[in-house]
Amino acid sequence: MIDLQPLWLTLKLALLSSAILLVIAIPLAYWLAYSRFRWKAIPQALISLPLVLPPTVLGFYLLLAFSPENAFGHFMDRYFNTRLAFTFPGIVVASVIYSLPFMVHPIRSGFRNLPSSLKEAAYTLGKSRFQTLVYVLLPNIRASLLTGIVLSFAHTMGEFGVVLMVGGSIPGQTRVVSMAVYDEVQSLNYHNANIYAGVLLVFSFCILLTVYLIRPPFDNDNLTS
Amino acid sequence: MIRFNAHKTLQMPGGKQPLDISFTLETGKLLAIYGPSGAGKTTVLRMLAGLTDAGKGCIEVDGDTWYDPLRRINKPPQLRSIGMVFQDFALFPHLTVKENLAFALPKGHDPREIDEVLDHMELGQLQSSKPGRLSGGQQQRVALARAIVRKPRLLLLDEPLSALDDDMRRTLQTYLLQVHRSDDRLTTVLVSHHLPQIVQMADVVICMENGRIQQTGRPREIFSGSHEIY
Repeated sequence: MIDLQPLWLTLKLALLSSAILLVIAIPLAYWLAYSRFRWKAIPQALISLPLVLPPTVLGFYLLLAFSPENAFGHFMDRYFNTRLAFTFPGIVVASVIYSLPFMVHPIRSGFRNLPSSLKEAAYTLGKSRFQTLVYVLLPNIRASLLTGIVLSFAHTMGEFGVVLMVGGSIPGQTRVVSMAVYDEVQSLNYHNANIYAGVLLVFSFCILLTVYLIRPPFDNDNLTS
Repeated sequence: MIRFNAHKTLQMPGGKQPLDISFTLETGKLLAIYGPSGAGKTTVLRMLAGLTDAGKGCIEVDGDTWYDPLRRINKPPQLRSIGMVFQDFALFPHLTVKENLAFALPKGHDPREIDEVLDHMELGQLQSSKPGRLSGGQQQRVALARAIVRKPRLLLLDEPLSALDDDMRRTLQTYLLQVHRSDDRLTTVLVSHHLPQIVQMADVVICMENGRIQQTGRPREIFSGSHEIY
């Protein structure tokens, strides 16, 4: 009998991370799509870093930052009574940072692909920027929003390096499916590893299939542009 | 009375081009802006709408200053009483025809005004359709209806009849004139390439080239000579 806890923990982590990412990514993607800020390339590069950085490198720096001996970890510990190193909240924060480009890039592409006249028409009809965002822009980038949600959800489901560095594979707290597979293989328990890996494989395939079915023109542009 | 004055250097595909233009227009008149592509016609419309600033110029509508950099005034489009019909119509694809109009209706206005405009523009039958299912002429009518449902002081039309066949153009021209004449205080600025349309509709025409006014006057006076046709 396999332990189902890593599955539930992974699902909880992916749901929470995707929800937080959506809230963060919409204003960020809006700013990246429409701002004329001269040094916009710097935040763009920072957001895209997880695409190219080895997860262990990101995880290492996050672990250092989350340590109560360092400024950020000390601040969280003192003012929010929250420890981030080797805890579930810690792997949520790490996942949000790690999956940020997977949510921001599709949404930013969605905004950029909309004709500017839609936004301008809403302004000439007396609508504020916020009203225009909520009632005109977001309903017209539904496919991009869905792509962002599904991709970041799927990406969080399969995380290993960052979560291992920050979470440490503590059963019931930070041991997600990908780590359960690793631990089972280390214990030469290939049967359980096979079940965990199979669940992850089928789930990830179904998610990507959904994206391609919902959005046929979906391509790598959303990940790289 | 509209007083328009713009001095600005525009970044055009072919390089920098100065826009240096100034005109006044009586309230209730229909002004046509005519000229070749790249002359700056649409930019003038966008400046009136507040979508582009007028550089060192000044814009005043019926005594109300909309733009004056010296006094640090630049009313955003939301605060200018305008209705604008974009060249690509800019209808909201996720809303039905009626919802497009309802979106434009200011708070506190009677929702029955939407039905009045729909009837006036003969759009009643199409009110539940999404813009993607409409023909070019129908979309144009919806865009016009959406622009006037706010009862603006200034109606801005960017090449409103350019993508239509002759029959549809004549029909819509009639609608445009009806809308313009239905309100004495409504001033209309129309950008057009189409000479017959300008002659039939406009009270005044401005011919622009390279960001400057070449001629101003009544359409029949201007176009009765050997004016270059763009």
